[in-house]
Amino acid sequence: MSNNDQKRKAEAAKEKKATFGEDIELQKFGQGRKDIAEEKNLENLSEEDRKTLLNVGVIPSEEGRAGSFLLMDNSVVHQRQMASGVEVMNLQGALKVHDWLKPYSWNAVAPDADKYTSRTFLEDADGYFIHALPGQKIVNPVQTCLMLKSKETAQTVHNIIIVDEGAEMEVVTGCSTSKHVDKALHLGISEFYIKKNAKLTFTMIHNWAENIGVRPRTVVKMEEGATFINNYVSMKPVKTIQTYPTAFMDGANGVCSFNTVAVAHPGSEMDMGSRVMLNAPNCKAEIVSRTITTGGVMIARGRMVGAASNVKGHLECKGLILNEKGVQLAIPELEARVADVEMTHEAAVGKIAQDQVEYLMSRGLTEDEAVGIIVRGFLDVGIRGLPPQLKAEIDETMEQINLAKM
Amino acid sequence: MGWVGIQGKGENILEIENLSVEVGGREVLHDVNLSVMSGYTNVLFGPNGSGKSTLLMTIMGFGGYKVTKGRIMFQGEDITHKNVAERAQMGIGLMMQRPPNLVGVQLGTLVKTMTKGRVKPDALAKELDLTNFLTRDVNVGFSGGEIKRSELLQLTAQNPCFVMLDEPESGVDIVSIDKVGTKVHDLLVGTSCAGKMDRSGKASLVITHTGQILDYVNADRGYVMCKGTVACSGNPRELLHEIRTKGYDECISCNIRRRSPQPLKIEEA
Ligand SMILES: Nc1ncnc2c1ncn2[C@@H]1O[C@H](COP(=O)(O)OP(=O)(O)O)[C@@H](O)[C@H]1O
Ligand SMILES: [Mg+2]
Repeated sequence: MSNNDQKRKAEAAKEKKATFGEDIELQKFGQGRKDIAEEKNLENLSEEDRKTLLNVGVIPSEEGRAGSFLLMDNSVVHQRQMASGVEVMNLQGALKVHDWLKPYSWNAVAPDADKYTSRTFLEDADGYFIHALPGQKIVNPVQTCLMLKSKETAQTVHNIIIVDEGAEMEVVTGCSTSKHVDKALHLGISEFYIKKNAKLTFTMIHNWAENIGVRPRTVVKMEEGATFINNYVSMKPVKTIQTYPTAFMDGANGVCSFNTVAVAHPGSEMDMGSRVMLNAPNCKAEIVSRTITTGGVMIARGRMVGAASNVKGHLECKGLILNEKGVQLAIPELEARVADVEMTHEAAVGKIAQDQVEYLMSRGLTEDEAVGIIVRGFLDVGIRGLPPQLKAEIDETMEQINLAKM
Repeated sequence: MGWVGIQGKGENILEIENLSVEVGGREVLHDVNLSVMSGYTNVLFGPNGSGKSTLLMTIMGFGGYKVTKGRIMFQGEDITHKNVAERAQMGIGLMMQRPPNLVGVQLGTLVKTMTKGRVKPDALAKELDLTNFLTRDVNVGFSGGEIKRSELLQLTAQNPCFVMLDEPESGVDIVSIDKVGTKVHDLLVGTSCAGKMDRSGKASLVITHTGQILDYVNADRGYVMCKGTVACSGNPRELLHEIRTKGYDECISCNIRRRSPQPLKIEEA
């Protein structure tokens, strides 16, 4: 499709509502700033910004990292590549130097999918481009951070990750809000391409604030023998998140896993899904979500479509209600389009089991301690693969939740 | 020993007075009267379904067990309306017959959390052949005997002053019974324990329906529970003999019924 065609379609989709999630009036949000100054050394950032980075697993010293990328509003503030075998740079810059990259841009995600993709496309949004070269096993993770710095603006982001044939890479992305930003939006388009026998582990930490709206749009294309592991964690308050990343397993023998851990605080509305299309023989997929509400609305969707022989899938949505005002809605969906598929699901929502709490209390734990240890255990299943420093952050949030008293 | 305090050996530390309890909307315990003296080991016999576990769960304070009449006094204080944690902090501990699964909570983590790090679970686990269980989720996939050993490990770490055991020997295989019996013995005879009452030795209430555990503990007094109430009390070995020879059918009318309101052997310290 020519750029003009795409542009026409995007223009036509300017008001197109998304299928899920509260409709956000985009005209109320101005363009994200593009004039925030570049910073070559992340350690020169303000103490507050450095703390914001650390809280989402992004290390300012860049020690033990293969590369870093920082976007504040719509400004590329920092980009650095430290390991060989991997490219880390801003997408608009990469499109200028790599002619071959163009067909990957707005390929997996359609510009006219909804008003959010439309706006991001029409703004020619920038973001990260991360490319693991063929056969390269990148030892350290690449870290990126997308930070909201100004109120009443919409940050638009367009990211592309390509893991070339036989390569392996881990990317840690933190999305966060600067302390004083009240109302703002994050619209993030991500297109991931995992080539033959390549592997991508993608961990995303969302750390928003009470009045932030978030509409990520992520599509992953997987070739033969590709592996994709997605970890998503959102423990802090947010106004509204609606996300439904989709993996297309288009080559045989692929492996895909989505792990989600999220908390809906009072006033938060979180509509989170994961979708896997098992389009090629012998593919395996797993979707696991562990969510809790302390008063907000939590919708956990999961969808698997088995469209090739001998594919296997398991979908597990478990939700805890820790406050009477909270709502948990689990929507697991399985669709088989051929006969020899094996897909199962398990969904459970409800409050924390009183007999478990009292059992722990009979060992001398207070009620809060008992609830804390059970909730922690409940979430643990979803965060097993996370780096240790992120687990510490999650523990801290857990304690705050406990103090907030359900 | 010259020390005689309000909680000295021989004082009642637990008194259950005219207690009636509802479970799931049905009255399961009716007018139960029972007392436990500090420093003494008490055994509770009774057929299946007679309400033994219900009594222990009620003493521990579990929410599903609704006291409709009477009261529970512990160390002279009315605890009928205290929650489970408060009772545990006063020194009451329970080995449950069917504890719930705790998915995601490892046994080792639980022991460290409940003892605030004071107890290192490794040595205890070794004694009870549970070393490989410290990293397993509590009770998840445990066999009957493994649950007993895990409960015993937790209870030993907790070290309560008033110990309640619900059929500690059931499901335990022949190879482990000696270890479990010895550990139960150690748990019941300790002289220092958590909770306020730490000078007069422990008291306990042990449910057994095989009587096997009596080989390991020096039981002072026995009670028989029938149809939701305490039918008689007396020397535990005599009671066990009676039950073994005549069965529970006759327990209501048995001849040692209410023979002795006090323990048969009180050795003054
Ligand atoms: N949660 C419950 N809901 C309804 N009935 C119960 C419940 N727990 C126990 N009961 C009933 O109470 C009676 C006593 O049970 P229990 O105390 O477990 O007896 P025991 O321990 O002596 O075998 C039984 O009839 C049992 O079915
Ligand atoms: Mg029982």
